Amino acid sequence: MTFDMYRQIIIDHAKKPKNVGTVKQADGQAERNNPLCGDRIMISYRTDKTKKKLQEVKFDGAGCSIAKAAASILTEKVTGKSMAELKKYTDDDFIKDMGVPITPARRKCALLALETFRQAAHVEKDNHKH
Amino acid sequence: MTPLVKKSWPKIKADFPIFYQKVNGQPLVFLDSTASTQKPQSVINAVKELYETYYANVHRGIYMLSEKSSEAYELVRQKVADFIHAPSASEVIFTRNATESINLVAYTWGRQNIAQGDVILLTEMEHHANLVPWQLLAKEKGARLSFIPITKDFRLDVAALDSLLVKQVKLVALTHMSNVLGTINPVKKIIKQVRKKVPQAVVLVDGAQSVPHFAVDMKDIDADFYAFSSHKMLGPTGVGVLYGKRELLERMPPFMTGGDMIAQVTYQDAQWNDLPWKFEAGTPNIAGTIGFGAAIDYLQAIGMDRIFSHEQDLTALAIKELSAIPGIVIYGPREVKDRGGAVAFSVSDIHPHDLASILDEQGIAVRAGHHCAQPLHEKLGVESTTRASFYLYNTESDVMSLVAALKKAKEIFNV
Repeated sequence: MTFDMYRQIIIDHAKKPKNVGTVKQADGQAERNNPLCGDRIMISYRTDKTKKKLQEVKFDGAGCSIAKAAASILTEKVTGKSMAELKKYTDDDFIKDMGVPITPARRKCALLALETFRQAAHVEKDNHKH
Repeated sequence: MTPLVKKSWPKIKADFPIFYQKVNGQPLVFLDSTASTQKPQSVINAVKELYETYYANVHRGIYMLSEKSSEAYELVRQKVADFIHAPSASEVIFTRNATESINLVAYTWGRQNIAQGDVILLTEMEHHANLVPWQLLAKEKGARLSFIPITKDFRLDVAALDSLLVKQVKLVALTHMSNVLGTINPVKKIIKQVRKKVPQAVVLVDGAQSVPHFAVDMKDIDADFYAFSSHKMLGPTGVGVLYGKRELLERMPPFMTGGDMIAQVTYQDAQWNDLPWKFEAGTPNIAGTIGFGAAIDYLQAIGMDRIFSHEQDLTALAIKELSAIPGIVIYGPREVKDRGGAVAFSVSDIHPHDLASILDEQGIAVRAGHHCAQPLHEKLGVESTTRASFYLYNTESDVMSLVAALKKAKEIFNV
C-alpha cells in the first residue's frame, strides 16, 4: 500500500513542484505547520476581476514528499475553481484528486496544504463528509 | 549485577506477545523503544491477575482485598527504591509519567524557590518535558534560562560548565541520556561540580532514557530529583516516578490535593500526609503500578549490565552499517562509549516521514520527526530526523533488516 503511495506522481510533484513561490498582490495568504515534524506550507492566492474565481495559487515551504506533492497538486486543482465550489471541496475530494492511496498515518501530511488554503481563504471546513 | 536468567536474545523476544504477529506480511521489527517499549507476558499477566483476584482501592479499605492490593502497591514502591538505590521508599513518589514528575518539581519546589534574577541551567539536548516547564516558571518569576552547549561530537560541553555556574543558578536540570543523540551525560561528575561551585543549587535529572537501559544509583549520582517513566521500561503507561531527597520533599508544598494526600481535614483547613503520599492525591494507577513491579522483576532477572551491553553491541553494529551507506548522516556520538541505543539519522534528502512510511511497509517501526526536541534539531540544522532505537528484545537481525530497508528506500527515491 505504501509503495503505491509513492507512485511516480508523488515523486514527480515532490521533486519538481508546480506553482512554487508567492502570488504578488495576493487576496489571501496563510502559513501552517505540522507540529509532529515541523513541516510548514505557505499558500497565497489571487482571484479574478469578479473576485469569485481563483486565478493564481502558489505555495512555498518545506515538507515531506507527500506534503509537497499535495501542495503542488492542490495549486493545480483549485486554480479556476469558484470560491463557492471550494467551500464544498472536502478532504476526501482532495485525496481523490491526488490520485494515489494515502495511508491513514500520512493524511495529516496530505491535508496540510488544503488546510492552509482554507485558512488563507477563510473557508470553513465542510464537516459533513471527510 | 549478575544475570540470573541466561536466555539467548531471540528467546527474550519470545517473551513479548506482540512479536507473534506480522506487519504488512513481515515480522515486526520494533525500533521505537525510546518512545515507548513493548510489554512482556509477565507484565500483562500481573495486571490481569490483579484484576481477576485481588483488586480493590489502596490505603482505604479494612477488608482483605484492599489490604492485599495496598501491600502489593507499596511493595512496588520498595522495588523501585531498591532498583535505583534510593535511600528510602518514602522518597519514591508515583506520578503519571516523567513529564508529570518534572512538572511536580516545577510547580512546587520551583514556585517556592525560584525568584526574579535567578538562573535555571539546562542543556541544549533536553526533551521538551525538561524544557517547557522551566520556560513557564522562568517567565512567571522573571528568572533566566541558560544552556550547557553540545560539542561537535554531540556530547555535552562540560568545559563550558564552570563559566555557566554563576551564583544566580538555583536549579540545574539535565537529561541523563539524550532521546535523540543517544549521548549519556556524566551526571555524577556534573553534580559534583555544581555542589562545589554553587552549593545552593538543586539538581534535577531526567532519567526517562537511562533507568530503562542501565543501572543507576541515587546515592552515587547524588541528584536532588530524578524522574522516569514505567512505560519506557516494559511497564504499563500512566505510571511515572519522581525520586527526591527527603529534606527537599518535606519542605515542598503539595502538588495536587484531595484524597489520600491528607493527614487531617476540617472545613477550613488541612494537614498533609507523610511522604511519599503527600504528593499522591486521589486514587493512583494501581494496576499500572503492579505491572510496573513485574517489569522491574523482568529487567532484574536479565540483569541491567547485560541489557546495556547488548544494546551497545546493537548500536555499534547499526552505526557501522549505517555509516557505510552513502548519504546517511548520523546525529550522535560515533563511539559507543557513554552512548545508548537511540540512533538518529538522515538519508540524503529523503524526508523522515517518507522514510518511516517506506520502512513501515517492510514491517519496521521507527520514529520520524523532532522527537520532542525541536530546539535541538534547530541546533543540528535539520527540521527533523529518523530515529531507530534498541532495547533488550531487539536482535542483530533487526539491525540488518533496517539496513536492507534503508537501501530499498534509497532505490525508491532514486538517491
